[in-house]
Amino acid sequence: MPPAIELIGIDKRFGAVHANRSVTLAIERGTIHGIVGENGAGKSTLMSILYGFYEADAGEIRVNGQQERIRSPADAIRAGIGMVHQHFMLVEPLSVLDNVMLGAEGGALLRNGAARARAEMARLARDYGLVIDPDSVVGELSVGLQQRVEIIKALYRGADILILDEPTAVLTPAEADALFALLKALKAQGKTVILITHKLREIMAATDRVSVMRRGEMVTTLDTARTSPVELAELMVGRRVLFRIEKAPHAPGPPLLEVEELSVTDSRGVLRVDKVSFAVRAGEIVGIAGVAGNGQSELLEALAGMRRPAQGTIRLAGRTLAPAEHDPHRLRRLGLLHVPEDRLRTGLVASFPAFESAALGFTDDPAYGKGPFLDHRRMIADLERRMAAYDVRPPDPRLKTSKFSGGNQQKLVLAREIERGPQVLLVGQPTRGVDIGAIEFIHRRLLSLREAGVAILLVSVELEEIMSLSDRILTMCGGRITGERVSAGADERDLGLLMAGVEEAA
Amino acid sequence: MNPPRDLPKWADVALVPALSVAAAFLVAGLVVLGIGENPLAATRHLVFGSLGSGEGLGFTLFYATNFIFTGLAVAVAYHAGLFNIGGEGQATLGGLGVAIVGLEAGVLPAVLAIPLAILAAAAFGAAWAFIPGYLQARRGSHIVITTIMFNWLASVLLVYLLVNVLREPGSMNPETPGFAPQVQIPFLHDVLARLGITIPPSQLNLSFVLALAAAYGVWLLIYRSRLGYAIRVVGANPQAAVYAGISPERVTIVAMLLSGALAGGLAVNELMGYQHRLLLEFTAGYGFVGIAVALMGRAHPVGIVLASLLFGMLYQGGAELAFEQPKITRDMIVVIGGVIILFAGALDGLFRRLVARLVAPARLAEA
Repeated sequence: MPPAIELIGIDKRFGAVHANRSVTLAIERGTIHGIVGENGAGKSTLMSILYGFYEADAGEIRVNGQQERIRSPADAIRAGIGMVHQHFMLVEPLSVLDNVMLGAEGGALLRNGAARARAEMARLARDYGLVIDPDSVVGELSVGLQQRVEIIKALYRGADILILDEPTAVLTPAEADALFALLKALKAQGKTVILITHKLREIMAATDRVSVMRRGEMVTTLDTARTSPVELAELMVGRRVLFRIEKAPHAPGPPLLEVEELSVTDSRGVLRVDKVSFAVRAGEIVGIAGVAGNGQSELLEALAGMRRPAQGTIRLAGRTLAPAEHDPHRLRRLGLLHVPEDRLRTGLVASFPAFESAALGFTDDPAYGKGPFLDHRRMIADLERRMAAYDVRPPDPRLKTSKFSGGNQQKLVLAREIERGPQVLLVGQPTRGVDIGAIEFIHRRLLSLREAGVAILLVSVELEEIMSLSDRILTMCGGRITGERVSAGADERDLGLLMAGVEEAA
Repeated sequence: MNPPRDLPKWADVALVPALSVAAAFLVAGLVVLGIGENPLAATRHLVFGSLGSGEGLGFTLFYATNFIFTGLAVAVAYHAGLFNIGGEGQATLGGLGVAIVGLEAGVLPAVLAIPLAILAAAAFGAAWAFIPGYLQARRGSHIVITTIMFNWLASVLLVYLLVNVLREPGSMNPETPGFAPQVQIPFLHDVLARLGITIPPSQLNLSFVLALAAAYGVWLLIYRSRLGYAIRVVGANPQAAVYAGISPERVTIVAMLLSGALAGGLAVNELMGYQHRLLLEFTAGYGFVGIAVALMGRAHPVGIVLASLLFGMLYQGGAELAFEQPKITRDMIVVIGGVIILFAGALDGLFRRLVARLVAPARLAEA
């Protein structure tokens, strides 16, 4: 029997970037096949070629042994390939049924199509356990269920081969386990699943075979049962990687950031943070663990002065902040610095040259120029120095911000904020979209700040990161703090339950 | 006006606009051919009419002065992410400011009266832009809609004032009496004549120098000042502005004030430099063409000055052309101008993509 997918000599360049170098890969039918690699290794490009977003410069795609020319997602769907994107492509105000039918309504009138979709959904629920109410509104579903709708959509369109791009980034551990159980059920029915992820734990738990990509090349394909996370990490990076960070034991000092009964509403008036109280002490990293969208972002933004809290008090180094001081600019002067969660949307200006992005928030610094003017030479010299200290590549201050890789953009932000000598540092998703080499670097920087007596509040959806960096862990769910654990001896299961909102008995 | 793809700088600032203009002339040439005239002869009349004589050049630069002011006005707002369509109205109000000083300043010497009248033009233009800016910042009323409405309001207000309040007593024309000589900006031929240099007379006056100074000032402001930095952050990424502690509301208002003040420059050139009185519809669409100028000049002062020269040529050369080849009427000139706006503005992306494919294959960052 021919493999479900054969990619032969796939080559793709984007200008100077050689994203895929003659990649060859075979995916056997009825298996779960993992693809791992650092950011920029070329795995997303490869899948985009398979799904018809890009056309390869050279190479051949065979589906079930037949050569296919896939030039658009429509071609891919026709060939039986479905894709579940990291960011869902759903219409939130519409019902599950509407979303499933969307683009496959089967005629100008909806009635027949709707009946067919309903019947098909009943069959999928029976065969795979994909149970969901077709009439519920998508926007009201949990993230895990929304993902289920995406999978149903792909199957409804006749997908035999399902590509999932970083499917667990938005899920709780329990939801992730449910997803893997579902993938195994799909496999049992003869479907083929391609799983793109950078979480090695998931590769080990869910896949039959795993392919490793590095710098656009396919390094190797292994049987999952015969490999280990350590081996995979080494193959991904091309060198040995330290997994556990050694953290010096350290006695924290006085509380520098204290939050009491803080509530935050979003722009639509929905309560996002609900009477949260905690403190971060000097020389301490407090991690906030939670599934994305449970109020962590709003909490960070409120603490950074970007959002006005609805109620509650914030104390900085023992002093209660006046409402007028609740402004990013004022807070920065008071020693509260902020590495935002979304560096490109918030922390940098993509279209600016790096030296201008690196001054964001600090343009009133007299070192950057006299009077109303900014001295570009001084700004460039300043960034050159910091680029050297943070090993930003390429070390070109005039390069457009968007041209740097994710890890180097993050270093630009970190260099800007850390170099200003924070008392309190708010850090959101410090290593999202950052490759392993840069992750190590960023983690070490944060730990050295901790040793220097900075109070650090860390928000991350990577539980592993929270557990390895933090001294204490707070879990957030639905805008409330659902638990607190000391990191040493914290247990992933236990944290997962807290993140899912199972509050501990007082 | 931000390039959708990354091009080498020379291609972005020179090749793409040149291609747009060339294509526009090609299409315009076909239109001329279609009505049975010789496009080459038409091009010759256009170019010689606008650049071939001292007088023609003077008129070209006079028109260019108007375009520089209105183009800069659009560009400053654009850098803050605002599409200011209200140049016409803001210039109209600027004219009112000029008129008030121009009619009352008979007691002042020129060194005081001229700067005062220029300030009045800027202040009135800024004030007219403030209201849409404020409504956008605080109420979220869309700036495109409000500035268009304010063009009409300004136009009707001017009619009312000229008919009922400011009209010269006994005159049937809806225009003010002539301004005091102290607020008249001297013609360039007069200035040079005093230095013993003779050039053919035209409407070109020292406002042109003011326009160039304004272009330099806008460059300094946008690309070298802290305020300009804030304006560009708000335009490029409002969320990053909030993060940085820059208030998008404040910047929106400030940018609109500056934009309106620059639009007032149109009144300086037209009224203080040439008409020496306030009259109906002196803005004559320059405010709207300023949008095309800014678009073509990529919102950069150098580009705006160059685009203004092109449109100045088109206005002056077009008038000559209509005179020399009567089958090509004034309306045809409007068509040609429209074709250029279409190619340089709306279809700019077409050439950009084409050039991008030829010179630098798209570099998409891998997600």
